[in-house]
Amino acid sequence: MSRTDMRIFKYSSPAMFFPLAGKLLPWFSALAVLFGAIGLYLGLFVAPEDFQQGEVYRIIFIHVPAAWMGMFIYLVMAMYGVMALTFNTRLSAMMMEALAPTGAIFTALALWTGALWGRPTWGTYWAWDARMTSTLILLFLYIGYIALINAIEDKKRADKAGALLVIVGSINVPIIYFSVKWWNTLHQGLSVSVTSSPKMASIMLWGMLTMAIACWMYAIAVSLARVRAIICERERDRIPGQERIPRRETTAGNAVASS
Amino acid sequence: MSAAPHSAHPHEPSGFAVERGFLVAFARDARLAVRSKGEVIQALAFFVVVVSLFPLAIGPESALLKRIAPGVVWVAALLSVLLTLPRILANDHADGTLEQLALSVYPLPLIVAGKIVAHWLITGLPLALLSPVLGLQFGLESRELVVMFASLMLGTPVLSLVGAIGAALTLGVRGGSILLALLVLPLYIPVLIFGAGAVEQSMAGIDVSANLSLLGAILLLGGLVVPFAVAVAVKISLD
Repeated sequence: MSRTDMRIFKYSSPAMFFPLAGKLLPWFSALAVLFGAIGLYLGLFVAPEDFQQGEVYRIIFIHVPAAWMGMFIYLVMAMYGVMALTFNTRLSAMMMEALAPTGAIFTALALWTGALWGRPTWGTYWAWDARMTSTLILLFLYIGYIALINAIEDKKRADKAGALLVIVGSINVPIIYFSVKWWNTLHQGLSVSVTSSPKMASIMLWGMLTMAIACWMYAIAVSLARVRAIICERERDRIPGQERIPRRETTAGNAVASS
Repeated sequence: MSAAPHSAHPHEPSGFAVERGFLVAFARDARLAVRSKGEVIQALAFFVVVVSLFPLAIGPESALLKRIAPGVVWVAALLSVLLTLPRILANDHADGTLEQLALSVYPLPLIVAGKIVAHWLITGLPLALLSPVLGLQFGLESRELVVMFASLMLGTPVLSLVGAIGAALTLGVRGGSILLALLVLPLYIPVLIFGAGAVEQSMAGIDVSANLSLLGAILLLGGLVVPFAVAVAVKISLD
């Protein structure tokens, strides 16, 4: 193994990753704000009003990126899950734990903005459409993962159990998607679907892509912040320069016992 | 080493074959189930009671009841299997048997496969056998009853398989049964859709082979992969 390889693998140790995450965090936060500002400007001011839907279509600039991120983060978690089980790296499982709330929030946001968009355009907050239903099931998968890792007290076991659950879930995601799709065609078709809407103007597409990048940067930034908190919580004493953080002492008795 | 090529393991019984791991686990679980018939009957009674609640809640209108029958029977089967999932591994985990099985000479995936098949034989199979009687109560025709039976015969083994993963992950965890439902039910959705869908298609006079083939495909894939996943999950829980 060459020296550069070694240098990369160095960061699979939580204690080494902690300062790196701290250095990267402000950059990704700044990029999130920058792209968010550009994307919102393009979406809310530059992009023209939609011929059919009027102003209401502008919710697309958060709805579609949120739906993308909801799906994408689950796949990233599954990838970290494979690493956690095969290489037995603690940091991979910590990254999964850090990503899960963000993925769940994006999925919930996609459903919520979808409902708000559906009401004026389709005339209903909710339809048992294939995409909506599979997004809802994806949210259940996130909730299941978060519930499982919180219920298991032994952190090592929680990490591995969560990794296996997400891998099993990710294998199921395509099966769920197609089953829901075929189930839906069996019952009834929607009168309006996203794919049949008129072709999108390029400025709208650019606004949406910019917002997608902003969501991506935001997801990375909050995950880094969260993984720092998780590392601090579990392995504070191994982080160079952080050992001096005093333990939280609730009562005088505890302080005496720990010293 | 060449003098004794067949003694890879010090405690190897005479005529040892790893395949026996499946039979050992299967026979043990089946015998335990026979000795406590009550539990098997309770799961069946639960299934019948849940199905019977729907006409009481919705009203005795026969056309509507027939319309919802496939979904009602399938959801009741799902819940009934869900309640019996802890039986696959939890009892053996509580008294230490599972740890001994994991330490035995037999491969763990084969042992859990035996346990899963035994679980299906004492929960899924009775549900499928009983389902035509419940279908009759909802006014299904004989052809639809056959399709419902076939869909349950293909689908309930998948419920046992996928459920075993959740059961293994939640071994000894606080509030395990609700957590188990939360983990497993979303993964059951494809089976529910294809199973109930097959019965609905037969009611609409459409060829049901597509849905039944998909159920069969899921069963084959699950039967191949899931025992290994359950073995990994059991090892994680025993660590």
